[in-house]
Amino acid sequence: MAPVLQIDDLKVEGRTPRGVWVPTVRGVSLQVHAGEVVALIGESGAGKTTVAMASLCYTRPGTRVVGGKVTLGGVDIFALDARARRAARGKDVAYVAQSAQAALNPAITIGEQVAEPMLLHGIATPEEARKRAAALLTRLDLPNPDEIARRYPHQTSGGQQQRVMAAMALTCTPKLLVLDEPTTALDVTTQIEVLKAIKDVIREHRSAAIYVSHDLAVVAQIADRIIVMRHGAMVEEGPTAEIIERPKQAYTQELIGAVKPRPAGGRGIAAAESAEKPLLETDTVAATFAKPKLFGSLGMEDNVLQDVTIDVRPREVVALVGESGSGKSTLARVIAGLHPSLSGQVRIGGKELAPRARKRDRDALRRIQVIFQSPDLSLNPEQRIEEAIGRPLELYFGLTGAKRAARVAELLTMVGLPADYAGRYPSELSGGQRQRVSIARAFGAQPDLVLCDEILSSLDTIVAAQVLELMRDLRAKHNVAYLFISHDLATVATIADRVVVLYAGRVAEIGPTASVFSPPHHPYTALLLSSVPALRQGWLEEVIATRPPTQAQTGTSVPKDIGCPFRTRCPMVVEGTCDRVAPPARRTPGGQVIYCHRELDELRAAQAKGGVLRA
Amino acid sequence: MSATTATDGGGRTKRARQPMTVFGAIGLTLLAVNILLAVFGSFVAPNAPGSLIGGGAFAPAHDAALLGNDYLGRDLLSRLLHGAKYSLGVATAATLLGFLIGMTVGFSAAEIRGRYDTTVTWVIDILLSFPPILLALLVIAGLGSSLPVLIGTIAFIQCSRVARVSRSVAMGIAALEFVEVARARGESLFSILAREIFPSSMRPLAVEFGLRLSYAVLFMSSLSFLGLGIQPPNADWGSMVRENLPGIYYGAPAAIVPAVLIGLLVVGINLTVDWLSGGSDRHTSEELR
Repeated sequence: MAPVLQIDDLKVEGRTPRGVWVPTVRGVSLQVHAGEVVALIGESGAGKTTVAMASLCYTRPGTRVVGGKVTLGGVDIFALDARARRAARGKDVAYVAQSAQAALNPAITIGEQVAEPMLLHGIATPEEARKRAAALLTRLDLPNPDEIARRYPHQTSGGQQQRVMAAMALTCTPKLLVLDEPTTALDVTTQIEVLKAIKDVIREHRSAAIYVSHDLAVVAQIADRIIVMRHGAMVEEGPTAEIIERPKQAYTQELIGAVKPRPAGGRGIAAAESAEKPLLETDTVAATFAKPKLFGSLGMEDNVLQDVTIDVRPREVVALVGESGSGKSTLARVIAGLHPSLSGQVRIGGKELAPRARKRDRDALRRIQVIFQSPDLSLNPEQRIEEAIGRPLELYFGLTGAKRAARVAELLTMVGLPADYAGRYPSELSGGQRQRVSIARAFGAQPDLVLCDEILSSLDTIVAAQVLELMRDLRAKHNVAYLFISHDLATVATIADRVVVLYAGRVAEIGPTASVFSPPHHPYTALLLSSVPALRQGWLEEVIATRPPTQAQTGTSVPKDIGCPFRTRCPMVVEGTCDRVAPPARRTPGGQVIYCHRELDELRAAQAKGGVLRA
Repeated sequence: MSATTATDGGGRTKRARQPMTVFGAIGLTLLAVNILLAVFGSFVAPNAPGSLIGGGAFAPAHDAALLGNDYLGRDLLSRLLHGAKYSLGVATAATLLGFLIGMTVGFSAAEIRGRYDTTVTWVIDILLSFPPILLALLVIAGLGSSLPVLIGTIAFIQCSRVARVSRSVAMGIAALEFVEVARARGESLFSILAREIFPSSMRPLAVEFGLRLSYAVLFMSSLSFLGLGIQPPNADWGSMVRENLPGIYYGAPAAIVPAVLIGLLVVGINLTVDWLSGGSDRHTSEELR
């Protein structure tokens, strides 16, 4: 049978800001058959998306196809005129983008948007289109499809939006579906549901699909074949099992080697160390984004942080985990003095800190340094590296001129960059190098505590592993403590001494890494842990099978009253208790504290029986 | 990486420059000629602006007056050369002053936020709701027309608009992580505004500066045309359009040339601005997207 999509020796060039055309795809050939999912995997800049876009007969601005042939369902699509191409898009080939939020029209209801492609291509009457849209939304496991259809995109969650996009792509039963990192922006817990829904509809429609991703473990769940790309060329191609179990090329092996094992156990902290006085303490901190009301006062329902009490001891790595919106970053911003707390105290070395950075004294400021997520945004594009790293040296230690330059060179060398990078601008560095500059800037202040806010999430797997290694080295050499914010539990397991699990702005569980990552868990921690994809086929089905049915109906709203905020998603909820009484703190022999109404034995028994926690 | 940068010897790098375009070149040329006229015009003018040189009113071009005479029989060319400094000079001074005030207000509102920001926005809204020409008429009627009053008035009208734009530009920059890092480091307000926000706002504000400058040239000319601007015996191009208006009936160049010059100056500024704003993506990373 002829393949649905055939790409022969595709060559694409991209224009640099200087106007020079450089090759970005260097001769890629691939075939996708009906009912087959082919994954394109590689680091950013490998040309994955460019290839995927070419099968939509689309080249992004600043790129051009210079050679090769793309045949979709027997038609050479580069030979089509603009009108014919437009007719093919949506009908013969459809696209699911990474950010549904940016791809959906905020001014049109979801039902109309899903029906729109069918009306545009004239393949259904409005009535049929509406019915079919509702059917697709149901197929994608969206709760209350009729009600969702009436909503606007902003009234739905990220996971729901992503499924709506998939529904839109499938309305005209396209021959080929192009999925570009459809779950990358989602939390692991949501990723599972979206992945499962997408996988099921692809199977059911027997569509051919191209799945672009950087995440091997995700790809292993959905792809039949994997194509590994690097620098615009194909490195290796083979059936999924073949690639993940017996990779032949060195680069593929490197990619697979960089996939971290699923979190289990982890490092503990020596008893002697834990006797030390805490370096940083937050005491019943609450914070809000709401503006003060003219009438009446703010209630607890407006708070993004509530009663957060944690501590970080000298030289300790404490990880802060939770889904997006759990308040992880807000807590870091409160500690750094960037967001004023509503109540509660932040202390460093026993000394209370002013809520705003501007009111803090220079030494307190020096002791806490921040590193942010995005290497693109955390350096001033108008300042040379020397200025970026040198400024804290000047501010805290009064270093200027040659002394400052020498220290900048020293710091650059410390983070593994050539000293002559001092004269460069951030735009001349790669993402990983820029993140190293941010690290050098933070360590220049000789801090006691570094707040690391998702510092690895914007980096490619291999680069992230190197930066993590650097952070580990620096911690040993400089006696620094980290508050390490991450949604990546596998990374957390390898670096943290203790873990704080936040849910809806409240601490769900806190304790030594080894204890937190082995039962008993807070039900929320258990959910998080079981949602981390494993690098083997069939994992997705196992998780779905063992997952309690309550998980499917995750709402967008979290109750913000005195009761347990997790109760709407909790498989072990105790009606009449969890919604009325604040969960008590339960201490385990392993040194962890779990805020839950259930007894530790109940949790232990349920989590052993559930079996979802096997690594 | 080397695609965006050129290395000059000592490992230091220069940032990529805006490639020249035809319209950019025309705009820059017009602007440069106008600047030369404004600076050196008074020195190269063959005659004093007020001296009668014979030939009578609206005389056509002759040896002593290459562009003919004006309505009183003075050398038009010399008067144009003398007037150049008023048109561009007052507009530039007023725009610079307006930007200094407007940017300070707008940036500080974006960084301080809260009540200060609310108050500033409120005041700006009130100022913006005044028709500018009416505001200028009121001020000049009250204080009399002089160079400082003209510059001050135009700057005042400019600064509310500049404050509005620079506030919104700075809002975007103030939310970026490198500004957060500076705040967490304990930088002073001035340092955050000057080191972090100002350099990154240069590109969009340079475009705004050009637009404001051409607006100021036109506004200044309008005031002069109405008789509120530069007072006789001196004259800028706007007042020369007005005083030589009857020359239209005689086909004298005096009525047309000053208006054409104002037009060329504004076109020159606008073409330059278009060229400048063409490459506002200088700092986006070199990854091709």
